[in-house]
Amino acid sequence: MSATPVLALRGISKRFGAVQALTDVELEIHAGEVVALVGDNGAGKSTLVKTIAGVHPIDEGAIHWEGRQVDIHRPHDAQDLGIATVYQDLALCDNLDVVANLFLGSEIRRAGIIDEVAMEKRAKELLDTLSIRIPSVRIPIASLSGGQRQVVAIARALVGDPKVVILDEPTAALGVEQTAQVLDLVERLRERGLAVILISHNMADVKAVADRVAVLRLGRNNGVFPVRTTSHEEIIAAITGATDNAVTRRQARTTEAGL
Amino acid sequence: MSHTVQKASSGDAAPTGAVDPRLLVREQGFKGYLTEFKRKVRGGELGSIPVVVGLIVIGVIFQSLDSSFLSAGSLSNVSVYIAGQGIMAVGIVFVLLLGEIDLSIGSVAGVGAALWAVLSVSNGMDDTLAVVLAIAAGAAIGAFHGFFFAKIGVPAFVVTLAGFLGWSGLQIWMMGEEGTINTPSGGIVENLTNYYFSDIAAAYGLATVGVAAFLGSSLLDSRRRRAAGLPFRPVSEIALRTGVIAVIAFVCAYQLNQARGLPLALVIFLAVLLFADFVVRRTTYGRQIFAVGGNAEAARRAGINVEKIRITVFAIAGLLAAFGGLFIASQSGGASKSLGSGNVLMNVIAAAVIGGTSLFGGRGKIWSALLGMLVIQSIQQGLNLLGMASEIQYMITGVVLLAAVVIDSVSRKTQKSAGRT
Repeated sequence: MSATPVLALRGISKRFGAVQALTDVELEIHAGEVVALVGDNGAGKSTLVKTIAGVHPIDEGAIHWEGRQVDIHRPHDAQDLGIATVYQDLALCDNLDVVANLFLGSEIRRAGIIDEVAMEKRAKELLDTLSIRIPSVRIPIASLSGGQRQVVAIARALVGDPKVVILDEPTAALGVEQTAQVLDLVERLRERGLAVILISHNMADVKAVADRVAVLRLGRNNGVFPVRTTSHEEIIAAITGATDNAVTRRQARTTEAGL
Repeated sequence: MSHTVQKASSGDAAPTGAVDPRLLVREQGFKGYLTEFKRKVRGGELGSIPVVVGLIVIGVIFQSLDSSFLSAGSLSNVSVYIAGQGIMAVGIVFVLLLGEIDLSIGSVAGVGAALWAVLSVSNGMDDTLAVVLAIAAGAAIGAFHGFFFAKIGVPAFVVTLAGFLGWSGLQIWMMGEEGTINTPSGGIVENLTNYYFSDIAAAYGLATVGVAAFLGSSLLDSRRRRAAGLPFRPVSEIALRTGVIAVIAFVCAYQLNQARGLPLALVIFLAVLLFADFVVRRTTYGRQIFAVGGNAEAARRAGINVEKIRITVFAIAGLLAAFGGLFIASQSGGASKSLGSGNVLMNVIAAAVIGGTSLFGGRGKIWSALLGMLVIQSIQQGLNLLGMASEIQYMITGVVLLAAVVIDSVSRKTQKSAGRT
């Protein structure tokens, strides 16, 4: 693991009108590391990811990219830095084939004309290095299974050679076998030296592939745990707030008062 | 899709062998062709099959009823008559690829023809300039529709319905004093459908160049794919395809030469088709049209300027509508208050759909404008030869359109049940 985190968030705050969505959130991620971002519904996971991806600019705090401070105002800024985001709804075009989807928006051209041969070749190489098996790179996305679509969506994020990949609930709608395919792929991304931020509700997935778990609760950090030495229950407790924090203290006080 | 794919999706960990048996690798040779064909039909990918079958059926029926149906003169007429509405149908294919509809193109064709007539004939403007201005006006009108659709968010159906009424009003107002303006002989518009390259070398030359270009580009593509280690078309297959195209091209050339020679209208129509097909299949812009038609949100996230695509596509539809309007004016001898009204709009939309372009967006080919227009025009031609009244033609065209949309909807359903959405 490198000394300087590839991406570091320092004291990030974000507010939507009267709602304080994020307060002083810290997050560090290194190359070759999978960090799971967990939290209950409304804990601010999606908001945090969207600030990194440039969808929502931050109100306070700083984002450091490889040690230097950067501004991310638009999705384009994030992409230029090397941050790729795979959203929960996959954002693939069902009517286009796999090659066209992989290169959508960044087609390889030769004298102004789409170079299908070069694109198909690179698509095959990319899918091969990730050990992604799909029936053909020339069939429409519509005829792929949910798991195959998810791996294509992830592969699509890799076309621009990013350094950080954000996966938003990549296994949410998948079956057992397909989930395994996607988790395999996440491990391969780590082997390639990418930093992966994995948002998940599924503790089993998190335990299977993540190196560290960052817990968000009510828009604040609620602990970062190394996965190997932390139990399932400890993470759940951090998510639900059943540990020593403001909420539990308050609960304790009220129970005392009640006595 | 076929069972192959379903197996692939439920299959277990991928074996790391030389060739994954679940992959859809087409067998080489003609047997592979046949299995691929069967797989596609079973999966609901009918492509141009219904329309080609339809054309053959139409040919057989009308030829048996009236032996002059397939005569050189009759076919030559069909090749000229398809040009105007066919060019408009190319524009509609663009709009349908977006998953939208343009109901205004008949009126836009009328406005284009009226504008040209008023400028060139009534006001003595330079003929070329008047033609260019008429076509540009069509593009501007289309962009205007596109603006309301893309930027304001008014459904395209409503915008173009309003346009349908509004522009036909403008057309009648422009034609107000004269009612009709005849095309002067020898002008550009007159020549559009009345000029023929009578030298037999023209038709044969065009056929030869077309076939050679197809063969050359196929071989080149195949060689590049082979060099890159990708699946490529074997030479035998390219030879077969080229052979089929050569037979069609030279039979058409022979028939046209038997009549009045190669019509200018057909040459322009083919040029529009080729150019539009190139734009749609080979350029980033065309790829973006498909992407927006398939999933606008995905296209936006991929960095595609969805609004720009929508506005320009409607501008293309307007441009081609005005251009087609000039052909219709040429054919009917002049611009009039009623040019582009009646069944022009329905014919054009029907042609695109009959040709195999989906009404649901994201699926279709530019060439469906040609195939669909051939179906509609040959039905009209046949019924005219049989002396049937236009009301019968309306009914039959209506039935054909319904049949085409049924095929489109059923093939979509089949694709869904076969694992496609």
